[in-house]
Amino acid sequence: MTGDIDVVRLRDAVVLSNGFPLLSGVDLAIPSGSLSVVTGANGAGKTSLLRLLAGLVPLTSGVATVAGIDLAEGDLRQLRRRVGWLGHEGSFYDDLSVRENLVFAARALDRPTGEIGSVVERVGLTHRIDTTTRQLSAGQRRRLGLAWLLLRRPELWLLDEPYASLDDDGRTFFDGLLGDVVAGGATVVVSAHDPLRSAALSPRTILLAGGRVVNDSQ
Amino acid sequence: MIRTALLVAAKDLRIELRSRVLLWQVVPFGVMALLLSGLALGPAHAGSSSAGPGLFYLVTLFVALLMINRSQAIESTPGTRASVATLGLDPAGVFLGKSLALCVELWATGLVLLAGAILVLHTALHGALVALPSIGVTLAAMAAAGTLYGALTAGGDGAATLLPVLTLPAFAPLLIAGERSFSAALHGGALWEWWVILAVALVVYLAIGVLLYGVLEES
Repeated sequence: MTGDIDVVRLRDAVVLSNGFPLLSGVDLAIPSGSLSVVTGANGAGKTSLLRLLAGLVPLTSGVATVAGIDLAEGDLRQLRRRVGWLGHEGSFYDDLSVRENLVFAARALDRPTGEIGSVVERVGLTHRIDTTTRQLSAGQRRRLGLAWLLLRRPELWLLDEPYASLDDDGRTFFDGLLGDVVAGGATVVVSAHDPLRSAALSPRTILLAGGRVVNDSQ
Repeated sequence: MIRTALLVAAKDLRIELRSRVLLWQVVPFGVMALLLSGLALGPAHAGSSSAGPGLFYLVTLFVALLMINRSQAIESTPGTRASVATLGLDPAGVFLGKSLALCVELWATGLVLLAGAILVLHTALHGALVALPSIGVTLAAMAAAGTLYGALTAGGDGAATLLPVLTLPAFAPLLIAGERSFSAALHGGALWEWWVILAVALVVYLAIGVLLYGVLEES
């Protein structure tokens, strides 16, 4: 079920990096409590769009509001505390264990560390909780990323290619968990390469090409 | 801010304890550099040379540059940087925490190098002990300045080579004051004026870091 309020509103949003356009006039609205899939070829602008929504790259021109915060003039640090980011590069301190990474995140956000055990159990990493992140497989690192986000409970989940390196069990697990997150009222935006996976995951597919939205299935 | 600082410092020190880069790479490099300095002076001059304090700080400079790069490399993986950015940590606290962790690491390395200087360069034990407080303040100021400049170069092209170019002008007054203070402790002379210079430099670098670290992170 989607809410009436748009968590994301972009109008003619442009992001330049060293003069090169990463996003070239994106218009987009994403309602709260929805799951949207951003798809497109390599270099289409999927990661740039998600990074813009996370407040990780500056808006060059246009109008952009995320969770009610103006990306041009608002407090980006405040925005970042309200969004959750899971990148495809791996997102943790490699020399810390699963538990230590989550304790760090919890303490940084003033969250009780007592929840860590249940969150780790939910993502199926209990048997690896004292393993350093460096020793985890790619799929287990994704699961740790989900644990990090579950602990944080952000309003807006931004997942960049979360299905990369996942086996079928991992993909099914991800699908189920994202469904639960949306049912709980959060908004999820996922970037994905695979059109079949995109269609299975959500009825809303946003196709990017050359830094523009060329098709929006809503 | 203090809470964030302690959180970040504990995290950095835990990573260092786990990875043992300091123990197995940085400290051996420093000891070897000190040993080579002693050999370069020759056995006849190592004990009587007044170059001991200067050589100690020169080796400490090399070691500090390695450790500053290491301190920033912990945060430089693109995914880690983005994930940690979404925690919304107070940048002043992050600066103080990273400076504190780097300072503790520099103090530990400094003690080993000082012991090396006593053994290899025949630096007088009593003078080295008298110099300890000024060495501590010098290394603390280097940690603060290094954290600031490390953030400036982190993630950029050629960060490892750009860092020494940027930091040397900032470190120069610290090294000069540190060396003078160490020499005064060994050979006699006024100590307090060098201490004042070092303490002022420490406070200035800490203040600049607290005020500007957020801007550097964003840029």
